Amino acid sequence: MTDGLPFALTVPKWGMAMVEGTVTAWHVEEGAAVEAGVEVLDVESTKIASGIETKHAGILRRRVAGVGDTLPVGGLLGVIAGASVSDAEIDEFVRGFVIEAPEDEDADAGPATDTVRVGERKIHYLATGEGGVPVVLVHGFGGDLNTWMFNQPALAADRRVYALDLPGHGGSSKDVGDGDLANLADTVAGFVAAIGVERVHFVGHSLGGAISLSCALDRPDMVASLTLLASTGLGAEINGDYIDGFVAAGRRKDMRPVLRALFADQELVSRQMIEDVLKAKRIDGADDALAALAARQFPAGKQSVSLIGRSGALAMPTQIIWGAADGIVPASHAGVVANAKVTVLDGVGHMPHMEAAATVNRLILELLDAAP
Amino acid sequence: MARVISYRQALGEAFDQEMSRDETVIMMGEDIAGGQGAPGEPDAWGGDMGITKGLFGKHGAHRVLDTPISESAFIGAAVGAAATGLRPIAELMFVDFMGVCFDQIFNQAAKFRYMFGGKATTPVVIRTQIGAGYRAASQHSQCLYPLFTHIPGLKCVIPSSAYDAKGLMISAIRDDDPVIFFEHKVLYDEVRDDVPEEPYTIPFGEANILRDGGDATIVAFARMVHFAKQAADKLAGDGIECDVIDPRTTSPLDEDTIIESVEKTGRLVVVDESPPRCNMASDIAGLVSQNAFGALKAPIKMVTAPHTPVPFAPELEDAYIPSPEKIEAAVRDAVGYGA
Repeated sequence: MTDGLPFALTVPKWGMAMVEGTVTAWHVEEGAAVEAGVEVLDVESTKIASGIETKHAGILRRRVAGVGDTLPVGGLLGVIAGASVSDAEIDEFVRGFVIEAPEDEDADAGPATDTVRVGERKIHYLATGEGGVPVVLVHGFGGDLNTWMFNQPALAADRRVYALDLPGHGGSSKDVGDGDLANLADTVAGFVAAIGVERVHFVGHSLGGAISLSCALDRPDMVASLTLLASTGLGAEINGDYIDGFVAAGRRKDMRPVLRALFADQELVSRQMIEDVLKAKRIDGADDALAALAARQFPAGKQSVSLIGRSGALAMPTQIIWGAADGIVPASHAGVVANAKVTVLDGVGHMPHMEAAATVNRLILELLDAAP
Repeated sequence: MARVISYRQALGEAFDQEMSRDETVIMMGEDIAGGQGAPGEPDAWGGDMGITKGLFGKHGAHRVLDTPISESAFIGAAVGAAATGLRPIAELMFVDFMGVCFDQIFNQAAKFRYMFGGKATTPVVIRTQIGAGYRAASQHSQCLYPLFTHIPGLKCVIPSSAYDAKGLMISAIRDDDPVIFFEHKVLYDEVRDDVPEEPYTIPFGEANILRDGGDATIVAFARMVHFAKQAADKLAGDGIECDVIDPRTTSPLDEDTIIESVEKTGRLVVVDESPPRCNMASDIAGLVSQNAFGALKAPIKMVTAPHTPVPFAPELEDAYIPSPEKIEAAVRDAVGYGA
């Protein structure tokens, strides 16, 4: 425990559209000691709910916001401080607290995204943070860069972090070529070259994991470390009904059950999350791209590509994180890569970076800090 | 990706992108190119509200056609062109003028698919302005979408946002059936929101939900969606939380979303700028009383214009249009019923 100055717990900004958050539960009593990384309370936005962890060890000295209170992004939720700080100093801290204006961005717009050309394709991405060997976040089938909304801010505290939209997804070009894994990996490697860096840490989820793994196998000099979350490419099984359902769904009532299969806690699927997924799928070419990828990667409810045979050659620090309750790609695939650190999280589904964001962020940062 | 543009710009972008994508898409209407009183140059007006301005120069005189002031003639021509291979977008300035071409719409366009045994398609879009609030008097201010919703064989689209205007217009142009596309004239420049630069489609019969709440369901159309949202935002300050639903299309109508919401909230307020007899408010009230009667905790409330022509006097016109205050009062009545 530190005896440090008071630290503010504030409403985070999850994704570009978030303007406020509502407190739904406190997990720590006033006066209780907390370690760094512990989830202190839960907050929900119109899109999703998640825990708020403290970056600093100390005592939860004050719950400033009560359950049901809605605060703007950056608003003061609570105060962590050491025992030596007086109550008067805590009062003063709360009274004097000012919401920090976001850096380099319009108050409404959030951090700006950008695009870069990779071959014939336009790749849309969000870059935040500065310094170090950059991190590249690669989302899965049907996702986009917003899948990292709970992770990118934490990972970008001390380094540059890029979240990209894969071809066929989000704001990137809809052309996915033949949908082959090597084609996708070439585009991601081309993205790394296009942003002008030589080495990156890859964090890939699901199909983005297989793409990251493919990059690491074919271009080991480019990859400083590898974190695979519920990755494809590590076995044959996959939930074919999920893939087919996701491609087919064009309406809310069809998409809701599909997205609920992603999570152990299915209540996390909000109406806004469904709407955002549908908006992305309505763009001309998006459904065709998804269908082409599904046909190539996951024909007849099986994964077509296995990289297990080659994965023994990985020399960079590698970890695999999986949710034990994954309903899309079975958690039994987590242990197949030699020399990888494996973490399987109980009570978590196919989206560990959303459902267990604090734990996943800690695991990724540990690997980044340890990588040469 | 997304950027903020107006309802007017969103429609113009939809026309331009679809005309660029598909050369069978053509545009017809009064004053959409040069026009009466124009100083001689082409593309002087872009229609009476300037919505189609710029298309003439880009897509040419053979695809952007100025028509005589004869609605029965050019709507008939558009329906015929659709039946023979083109995808015309016909602009009929104000819905109030639609009466002179009812036969072309009700008896011809709406019936072709059915009467030719499913072998004929009629991919025409008829665009038209609706709504009061423009100080344009009784013959330029009606809503009239209930009349068209009544006719089997027509699809009826009523966007309330720029995002919906673009996506629903592209869906309308690509649809193989006749679509009547109602644009509320007050929204053209008042409404601005996030619209993707790429073309996209919004399926017909899929309501938009603007707010979630457990206390009451508000269903509204066009400009009334914004008033309903204002009322719901205000009510939330007093702890009354409403679902706000914009069906976006009246035919087909997303009945499931409305019924499921009322089954959750037990209270329904329907807001419709058209007069109350045989309008969308009475239609949806009937739908809910047939399908969710057991869930209702209070009588269904309708907030509509009165059963009168739209007045010209500004004070009377303002009183005619349903307001956020009237919607708020109706929700409070429903929530307070029996208390």
